[in-house]
Amino acid sequence: MVTDTIQTGVRPVSGKSRRYRTQLGLPVPIHLALKEVWRNKGRFFLISSVVALITLLVLFIAGLTEGLGQGNREYIENLNAQLVVYQDKADLSIPTSRMSQATVRQLRQVDGVEAVGAVAFSNVSIPLPGGKAPLKVSLIGVLPGEPGEPDVTQGRALRSKRADETVIDAGVASRTGLKVGDMLTVRSTLGSKEQLYDLRIVGIAPSSQYFIAPSIFVPYITWDKVRPQPLSTLETGQDPDVSFNVAAVRLKNPSDAPAVSKIINAKVKEIVAVNLQTAYENTPGYSAQQSTLGLMRVFTLLIGLLVIGGFFRIQTMQKVAQIGVLKAIGTSSASVAVSSIMQILTINSFGVLLGAIMTFGLAAGLPSAVPIRFVGSAVISSVASLLVIGPLGGLASIQVLLKAEPLRALGLAS
Amino acid sequence: MANSLETQLVTKQYENAGQTIFAVDKVTINVKPGEFVALIGPSGSGKTTLLALLAGLLRPSNGSINIDGHPLWKMSDRERTKFRSEKIGFIFQSSNLVPYLSALENVELMLKLNGRLDKPGRDWAMELLDQLGLKDRMANLPSQMSGGQQQRVAIARALVHEPAVVLADEPTASLDTERAYQVVQTLGTLIHAQKRAGIMVTHDLRMTRWVDKVIRMTDGKVAQIIESKGEIEAFSRGSDH
Ligand SMILES: Nc1ncnc2c1ncn2[C@@H]1O[C@H](COP(=O)(O)OP(=O)(O)OP(=O)(O)O)[C@@H](O)[C@H]1O
Ligand SMILES: [Mg+2]
Repeated sequence: MVTDTIQTGVRPVSGKSRRYRTQLGLPVPIHLALKEVWRNKGRFFLISSVVALITLLVLFIAGLTEGLGQGNREYIENLNAQLVVYQDKADLSIPTSRMSQATVRQLRQVDGVEAVGAVAFSNVSIPLPGGKAPLKVSLIGVLPGEPGEPDVTQGRALRSKRADETVIDAGVASRTGLKVGDMLTVRSTLGSKEQLYDLRIVGIAPSSQYFIAPSIFVPYITWDKVRPQPLSTLETGQDPDVSFNVAAVRLKNPSDAPAVSKIINAKVKEIVAVNLQTAYENTPGYSAQQSTLGLMRVFTLLIGLLVIGGFFRIQTMQKVAQIGVLKAIGTSSASVAVSSIMQILTINSFGVLLGAIMTFGLAAGLPSAVPIRFVGSAVISSVASLLVIGPLGGLASIQVLLKAEPLRALGLAS
Repeated sequence: MANSLETQLVTKQYENAGQTIFAVDKVTINVKPGEFVALIGPSGSGKTTLLALLAGLLRPSNGSINIDGHPLWKMSDRERTKFRSEKIGFIFQSSNLVPYLSALENVELMLKLNGRLDKPGRDWAMELLDQLGLKDRMANLPSQMSGGQQQRVAIARALVHEPAVVLADEPTASLDTERAYQVVQTLGTLIHAQKRAGIMVTHDLRMTRWVDKVIRMTDGKVAQIIESKGEIEAFSRGSDH
């Protein structure tokens, strides 16, 4: 019998007469929060896993937003210029815009303008050995020494106006394995015929994608020779002052951009000058794509909010009786709430961390052609919102906690 | 000796569809330190309601309640919550314990709530569990213990912080007779030894064997108070009925 073992001894040192020494363990809310998580590892891990999967999804969408966005704007964003000038009828569409040398000369006369470079865009492909699909690249014609040319990290910049030489960007370099000094063969079309051109690689530039394709840069005259073109242009000899698409304008003082663009728009006929951001945002499809992906991300975050909120709310509802007992024996509502908030924060942050690790693990295994980039504002803001939505979802359950009545412990509730 | 618990004409009434229900009606009782009281009566007679009033969980419509000389309903809500954790020990019907805390942690929680969990406090919690025959169960979670063991842990938790009053609402409801006897006997022994004022609600008249006083309620009122040893003895054998 149990009672046989009971000694009738009273505690030797009684409560009030004694000074309490160092408290053992953690404060009540932290103690409760940690013990509950620790003793229900499986359940809490499940919640963290759900958070991790939502994180994975959100980060991939954000990475795709960033990657596709970058693929569209990289070249323009990194221009060593402040303004991009279009033909005014082109509605800020680079492929549609056409401009002549005369316009460039006029632009150079405008006060505050330091340099103007003509830029022409086209597409060619690079045949790859071993039966691989050819690499499609943007062929960008620039004026050596003028804005529009990329910075060069290896080798040198383009020098001659008409040489068969090229600066390739890092994307092309990594996918073809070519180095400075190598010959690059590009495939183009002339009328209905296929045409191959050999270009000497003189330099390598940082990644400068345009229209989701890596880029190769050639002098403008070479560009005009290499680009795919219908026969008619050559045969009829029309279009003598061969046009390019846009002009890149570098200013003496970059902060003058708004003022100078106004002057340009007023002085030079039939053109429109905009800053770089406006330029890439108007790349065909760019805004639609970015806003679609942005919307997807917001919806995924909302789903996350509901799932996490729902999870914690159900869990809290199941604990109402137990919380009643805790309150009845003298745990304050604040302690119970703080304990729960800490749990939510811990579980959610752990889930986000787990999801981030999973994301980067998966991303490392992706081929470099997949346009996913885990840098930039979309990714940072996603992680920030993921860290916030858990606690936000948890708020709904805090209210349940605060309302849980200690009377329930006695089976009474008002 | 001063009373640990006193009530003066305590009343709790509910207005329900134009009708007034007196769940507890002008109850005046007192319990001394070391006195173990059984609260009995038919279902609906107001036993649990009275216990909730004594615990400071339910505000009386009228009357006063003093615990250890402190008027319970003159404090702020915060003060009362703190007071409860210091002066009152609870044993509920079932699912008493925090499911994710071990037996020892459940008992220690009461000390922790009072800022009293130091080394001697822990030793005392362990000694109490030991006295209750749970020496080998200290690290067990409630789910790893029998109903009787759980109720004994609850007894330790109700006593460890040296409260003035120990309140128990049908602590044996979920136990078989043999276990129930053990639990109540243990509770009685400790209440006597540690000089707490104990009040236990029970349906089972046989459990009154270990108490010093039986208070019978009907319709929210105190109908009968039995204090003589012989009468209680007879009562617990059912010869009174
Ligand atoms: N919140 C409430 N609103 C209205 N009436 C209530 C409320 N709480 C309790 N009562 C009534 O008060 C009376 C006493 O209830 P109480 O639960 O105290 O009885 P009890 O003696 O504990 O019964 P049992 O033995 O069944 O547990 C009952 O008639 C009950 O219906
Ligand atoms: Mg009851």
